[in-house]
Amino acid sequence: MIDSTSTQIIVDSLKTTKAASGSDWILHHVMDGNYLDFSPFFKLYLPHFELFGLDLSITRHVIFMWLGSLLLFIVMTRVAKAYKSSMVPKGFTNFWEIFIVFVRDEIAKPTIGKGFEKFLPYLLTAFFFILFGNFLGLVPFSATFTSNIAVTAVMAIFSFIVTQYGGMRSNGAFGYFKGLIPHGVPILLLPIMIVVEFLGLLTKPFALAIRLFANMTAGHIVVYALISLIFVMQNVAWAGLAIPMALFIYSLEILVALLQAYIFTILSGLFIGMAVHQEH
Amino acid sequence: MIANSTFAFLALVVSESESGGGGLLSVNGGLAFWTSLTFILLLILLTRFAWKPILSALKQREDAIKDSLEQAEKAKDEAKQILAQNQNSLSKAEDESKKIIEQSRLFAQNLKDQMIKDSKEEAKKLIEEAAAEIDRKKNAAFDELKNQIAEISVQAAEKILKENLDAEKNRKIVDKYINEISKN
Repeated sequence: MIDSTSTQIIVDSLKTTKAASGSDWILHHVMDGNYLDFSPFFKLYLPHFELFGLDLSITRHVIFMWLGSLLLFIVMTRVAKAYKSSMVPKGFTNFWEIFIVFVRDEIAKPTIGKGFEKFLPYLLTAFFFILFGNFLGLVPFSATFTSNIAVTAVMAIFSFIVTQYGGMRSNGAFGYFKGLIPHGVPILLLPIMIVVEFLGLLTKPFALAIRLFANMTAGHIVVYALISLIFVMQNVAWAGLAIPMALFIYSLEILVALLQAYIFTILSGLFIGMAVHQEH
Repeated sequence: MIANSTFAFLALVVSESESGGGGLLSVNGGLAFWTSLTFILLLILLTRFAWKPILSALKQREDAIKDSLEQAEKAKDEAKQILAQNQNSLSKAEDESKKIIEQSRLFAQNLKDQMIKDSKEEAKKLIEEAAAEIDRKKNAAFDELKNQIAEISVQAAEKILKENLDAEKNRKIVDKYINEISKN
């Protein structure tokens, strides 16, 4: 429901703004680029870099992905260090412990069930990677790397790989693929079922990637569209309406940033749980 | 619904990318590579330096809390048991002491009764003995008295005979002797 609404919002906003202003500056803000955008002050251009014919330039999203990862690593190692001195968490440690325990007890444990500990590092890393990316995108002059389809696709592929690995690990490679097809299916239907189930396997990560990408993109586009209202109408008085609404959407984005990290992780957990415990 | 809007969105974005070059939905291979590398590295590093120590610390703490709770529960049970035991032995001791007191009271009562009975018998015996002694003494005294009276009578008679007396005198003498006797 949220997905369909957000995609609708993106489509409508893009159509209207493009029709009205005749430029795709919003897309340039949302998309990846080879510069750090500090407009209206300056743009910091990043070097182009190619290897084996593949464009491996360090782009804006790569920079912010590294920034987010570095931040995440520093935060979590500090939390880990805090436990060495005292078992009783305080302030900073306590704050992050809430999220870690939440991922463990509310996401991994109920969705995967028995043997969830093995998948906990992956789920935790995915959750915090997306969380930091989402929140980093809300900082002015930064970019949301989780709103890039390449990033979300890779994340979804990792979830897919972990799911398949977990399924084959606990059921055996043959048993896992046999378990994908429901019991009691007539042999005549088998060719169709195999195709359907195979497609079903692929749609799950596809939906994961599109959901995260669309949700993280939609809010930004709406904020930009609301701001552009001032320029489209060519009257600064529109700021009185546009800025509060943009602020409202921005606040909503904070909620969405948290929610999407949660949804991505819990769905990954669900898929892993379904693959690991096939008996149902 | 979802499929419809997603499809519309995809169509729009693809058309954007065709016109603008490098659209919203075109997957950038370089970024995908960097994402994979970053994520795998992050997964390995965080698992090694953060998740393992944090999760084990959390588990250790939870176990410690669970253990201490269980121990407290156990200690409580034990204390309850000890209390019940104490109460049990206390009531037993009370019963015991009651019994002992009852026994000793009974014993004392018996002893008292016995002693009273004994002393009564003793007294009776003593009285009887005393009575017998008195009787005996009385008889002896009577015997002696009789003897003395006889002797005195003989002596009196002797004196009377010796002094040859008239009746008046005799009478006085006899009276005098009798008086002497009664004085004795």
